[in-house]
Formats: sequence, C-alpha cells, structure tokens
Amino acid sequence: MSIDQILGLITGVVFGFLLQKGRVIRFEKQIGALLIKDMTIFKFMLSSILVGMVGIFILSDMGIITFSHKPLNVGAVVIGAILFGIGWAVMGFCPGTSVAAVGEGRVHALFAIAGMLVGAAVFAELYPFLQATVMAWQDFGKISLPGALGISRWVLVPIFWAATIGLFVVFEKKGL
Amino acid sequence: MKLKTKDGGWNPYFAGALVGILAIASVCATTELMGKTNYLGASTTFVRVAGFVEKVFASEHVAQNAYFAATKIKVDWQFMLIIGIFLGSLISSLTDKSFQVEKVPPIWRERFGSSMTKRGAGAFLGGIVAMIGARLADGCPSGHGLSGMMQLSASSFVALALFFAAGALTAALVYRRRAS
Repeated sequence: MSIDQILGLITGVVFGFLLQKGRVIRFEKQIGALLIKDMTIFKFMLSSILVGMVGIFILSDMGIITFSHKPLNVGAVVIGAILFGIGWAVMGFCPGTSVAAVGEGRVHALFAIAGMLVGAAVFAELYPFLQATVMAWQDFGKISLPGALGISRWVLVPIFWAATIGLFVVFEKKGL
Repeated sequence: MKLKTKDGGWNPYFAGALVGILAIASVCATTELMGKTNYLGASTTFVRVAGFVEKVFASEHVAQNAYFAATKIKVDWQFMLIIGIFLGSLISSLTDKSFQVEKVPPIWRERFGSSMTKRGAGAFLGGIVAMIGARLADGCPSGHGLSGMMQLSASSFVALALFFAAGALTAALVYRRRAS
C-alpha cells in the first residue's frame, strides 16, 4: 500500500468507529431526522462542523492547508441535491454511512450500495448530456460564503456557532 | 448531559466533536504526507468502484467515458477511507456488542411490512436516485455536509439545505400514514 492508501485507511477506521459510536448510521436515525423526530445525526454533524471549522480556518490562516470548495453550479447543485434528498429518504442511508451500516450488521444496506453503484454508472453515461444542459446554466465557480457575502470568515464563524448552539438548545428542549 | 445514550452509544455532540478533530488532523496529515489537502468525502469512490466493475465487461467503453476519465479509476486515499469506515464500524459494533443483523428496519416494517424484497427494492432504487443526485451536486452529506460546511463553501449551504428539505418532504410522504 502507498502512503496515501494507508493514511486513508487509518482515517476511515477512526471515522467509521466514531460514526458507529454516535449511532448515526442506522436507518432509524437517518429517517428519524428526516421525519424531524430524532435529530441525533444533526447534533453529530453540526458538532463536527463547529469544531472542524475553527481548526481549518486557523490552519488556512497559517498557510498550512488549502481550501477545496465545490463549485456553486446552480442547476447541478439544486437539481442534484433535490434528487439526493429524495433518494436518501427512500434508501435511509447516505454514501458514507451505507458502508458503515453493513459493518454493524445492517445487511439491507448492501442493496443501497448496489443501487448507488448503478447510479454512479448511470451518471457517467448521462454526463455529456448534463454538461451540455443542467451544468451549463449558471456556474458561480468555487466560491466561499465569506467571499460571496464580502464578510470576513472570522465574523461568520461566531455567527454560525451562535445559530447552531441555538438550534441545539431547541433540539434538547423539544427532546428531539 | 449524559455521556452515554440509552442505546449504549456515545453522546452525539461528543462523538461529532471528535469527528471535527479527526477532520482537522486529516487535512493536516494529507497536506503534509500527500502534498495536497484532502477533505473527507465518500461518493466519488462509488464512481471508481462502478468503473472497476464496468471495466470487466466493457473496458473500451469505460476508457472512452469522459466522466470516468475525469474521475480516474484507481484505489486512492478516499477509496481506502471507505474501506476503513466499514472496518471501524465493524470493530466498534463488535466490541460494544451493538452489532445486529438487521434485514428490515423498524420504521420501514411498520409502513411496508417485513418483506426483505420490498426493503431491498426501496434501498436499491433510492440508491440509484441518490447517487445520480450526489454526483450532479458534486457531493454527499460527507463532502458537502461535513467538509464543505467546515470551509463555509457557498455551494454546501445550498446543497445541505436542499438535501434536508427534499429528504424531509419525501420521508413525510413515504413513512407517515395519512390520519384516517
């Protein structure tokens, strides 16, 4: 194995371990969040964003790491995200959690993985068509929210923290 | 606040915060050791696996496909990350005895019965639609939800909001019985 592969494997083992400990990979938790009955996955996800965000911005300010923004290609992001949401609700897993779900014995996630592989192959076939249509509508490129709004990231980070903690308080008060 | 949940898991805020630390460690390690900052993600690997499988039957076709060419069919960092996620979950669930063979989950069974064929068909068809969407949007809840949000990417705010909105609407239609 190359160093890249070893690093990926180690990171993945820790990631999978924490996803399983957080109990966020199960169908009930994924659908529980979409039915707004059990917000465990959002508590987990938003907590990692809050912590990760501060570290990543400090490292970027120090010039150690580079950002990797995904392009805001409006048609692609909007239509793609809506399709993902529809599929997610029926499947009850997302790409990363599906493999973890198999790891904790949820064998029905194997069907989800098979479906996603077919979906990936279908997308590869549709790619030239999508490039000429949906993806050609409007592309704002790889922009960040601070860049788009013209506000410093160090102003947005505390706002994001405050809004998220407010959401956590609501989750706990309502017992979600 | 309890550190353990009723089902024996870890407090989700705590486990989530640890993933935040993992993400920071991971961007440092990938930048240092691979020369390029890599962010956590999952869905690109499904394209690579699909490419590997298709290559067996139609290698010419895969070679000519623009998307497979752009994605590069190889076993890279993220590919091993996905294998690691499976192993990590297996280790965690076996050691805390939460590993459980489940064919049909409770919420699904309540609505559609205990047929594994029905559940399998739902998971399969949902998977096709979700992956087409994830590749079009250029990310899933890992790539957009975690990594994109951590960098305050504009596209990730749009993607995550719509993942949830479309998912919640669909879930309400699929799993909620009409009050009769």
